[in-house]
Amino acid sequence: MNLEHFKRWLGNLPVHVVLLGLCFIWLLPTLGLLVTSFRPFQDVNETGWWQVLDPPRGAREYQQFCAACHGGRGDAIPNADLSNPDLVQRYRRSFTLMAALTQEFNGQPHMGEVPLPNENQAALIATYLRRLSGLEVRPRFTLDNYIDAIVGYRGTRNYRTDCAEGVQSVDLFCDWRDLGNPRGMGRALINSLIVTIPATIFPILVAAFAAYAFSWMEFPGRQWLFALLVGVQIVPLQMALIPVSRLYAQVGLNGTFPGIWMFHTGFGLPYAIFLTRNFMGSLPRELFESAFLEGASHWTAFTRLAIPLTVPAIASLAIFQFLWVWNDLLVALVFLGGTKPVLTYQISNLVTSLGGGWHLLTAAAFISMILPMMVFFAFQRYFIRGLLAGSIKG
Amino acid sequence: MAKEAAYVPNILRQGRWVPWLYLGPALILMSIFILYPGLNTLYLSFRNQNGSDWAYTTCLAGQPCWGIFENYRYALTSSIMRTAFGNNLKWILFMVSGTVLLGLLIATLADRVRYEALAKAIIFMPMAISFVGAGVIWKFVYDYGSSQVQIGLLNALITSLGGRPVSWLTEPQINTLALIVVGIWMWTGFCMTVLSAAIKGVPAELLEAARVDGANEWTVFWQIRVPLILPTIAVVITTMIINVLKIFDIVYVMTGGNYGTEVIANRLYIEMYTSYNTGRAAAIAMVLTVIIIPAIIFNIRRFRAQEAMR
Repeated sequence: MNLEHFKRWLGNLPVHVVLLGLCFIWLLPTLGLLVTSFRPFQDVNETGWWQVLDPPRGAREYQQFCAACHGGRGDAIPNADLSNPDLVQRYRRSFTLMAALTQEFNGQPHMGEVPLPNENQAALIATYLRRLSGLEVRPRFTLDNYIDAIVGYRGTRNYRTDCAEGVQSVDLFCDWRDLGNPRGMGRALINSLIVTIPATIFPILVAAFAAYAFSWMEFPGRQWLFALLVGVQIVPLQMALIPVSRLYAQVGLNGTFPGIWMFHTGFGLPYAIFLTRNFMGSLPRELFESAFLEGASHWTAFTRLAIPLTVPAIASLAIFQFLWVWNDLLVALVFLGGTKPVLTYQISNLVTSLGGGWHLLTAAAFISMILPMMVFFAFQRYFIRGLLAGSIKG
Repeated sequence: MAKEAAYVPNILRQGRWVPWLYLGPALILMSIFILYPGLNTLYLSFRNQNGSDWAYTTCLAGQPCWGIFENYRYALTSSIMRTAFGNNLKWILFMVSGTVLLGLLIATLADRVRYEALAKAIIFMPMAISFVGAGVIWKFVYDYGSSQVQIGLLNALITSLGGRPVSWLTEPQINTLALIVVGIWMWTGFCMTVLSAAIKGVPAELLEAARVDGANEWTVFWQIRVPLILPTIAVVITTMIINVLKIFDIVYVMTGGNYGTEVIANRLYIEMYTSYNTGRAAAIAMVLTVIIIPAIIFNIRRFRAQEAMR
């Protein structure tokens, strides 16, 4: 490597360190969520997610106190085969184990020269023995959290175990019907889709017409109407919640999908019109002039020229609106609430009602994140373009 | 606009009512969902808890009373709202400066490396996640185990360094900052993207010229880059202030506004759906709107200026 090259690389080193460090910090919390969602629930509360690849709990203590005689797999002494679940069943708790350790075997102290483990160590060894013998099956990674989250399982073990033993709670059937459990993320996922898809399409459609009018039609008050639109864009959503939910109560739209579609459409419109009109308005004027000269109507110009040429703007808009509606909690909380729970609603309920259930929470949160992440990474270009158009290009 | 005037007759051939046909659906929907609610909220803010009578009827004898503005007395002077204002101010101070400075730093650094796109995607990714999802992610980071095992990353880090674990979300003063960190994590990507585009717009010759004159990177950054992208920075700051004033989900999910973390938008929600007091909720909504109005004016001005440049 020549010196000049090396010097430049060295000069850039702080840049790399800071930037990579920041990226690492940014990724870490999400990584924790992802890892935790795949761990058995017992592990989640026993060790931190960063310890997921460590040897199982108690392995070190087993090595220290037991492995010399019983062997690494526990089957070195045929009379005391620790890989036999029936034997371990008798010593599965730390106090029964301790009792066994202090007993004499064949006239010799059980532990021989090795000092006795203390209470904590014995507990860890017992945990390890349960796992070693297969008495307790606990894989390093599991999909159970996702299954439990999807069907809305709220028990103390997991859905599959309960169903296998036929002791599931009253609202679970252990068949396909559980996918529709109103407490489950499966049902919420469907509801989120039902809310989001029309709430993305409607405002874009309505906005396209309005944007065309603002771009290529002349009518009195065009300028100030558009200026008003720009201002209205940042009126807080909170302002509309009370009157609209009162209005909805009168016409029976509270807790219905059309109600929330219309609300998202109404509130998405100013920004949608703003963005679409900026793009549509910057299309070459000659194109429209020649079309009109040839006798094209506005309808033809709109459907044949304006819409096809505005597709990039519409794409970024669609992504924005999709992410906004999908990730929204407030509007869903107010207009749908528990009658038609969406993903964000369901998770916020899980957070408050079930403080410590990290295995369920992380799985549920990840279920809600998959689709927006996919949309984001697939259409990142459009997303960023829309962002820039909305905030600097104007 | 002169060019447009010559062009009008063609358009008029289509009839005067056609534009309104195209605009109609949008205008109707916006009237129902933005215009009417705005006026109705204003009206409700002067009414009692369920809108059945004027607000002064809720005054209690011997207590201070603002008459018809009674709800505003609550929205402006009650202790919980004062906490909310204080917290929103903290949010603005720390989150806006945090996101803008970090965004600027990352945009500048990323400009100099080959893995720029990847680094930016990583920083930007939280924008795709809901506040609720982010709330779960960070609640886990902040988890406080009273027992020996700390499964929250932050407390595990502290205890492994010999410190004592902190209950991040219930400890007064610390908890609002802990929530703001979540906000920064989510919104830095936005600031970075917008500022990055502006940085790339700065002519390379200008920077080269300064470097040839012997200016170091630090001077180039503060004396040339920053002044040139100042308009963009202003826009980003305004947008962030608006976003921060409306902050709701993070607080709702992570602390519910308890332990002194209340913010305006969360209070509004609680007044409306926990206390069922539409009058107070409406007054809070009005206060929130009035605070945001300067930003609205700023945005309209900016829009006008850009229209003039076209």
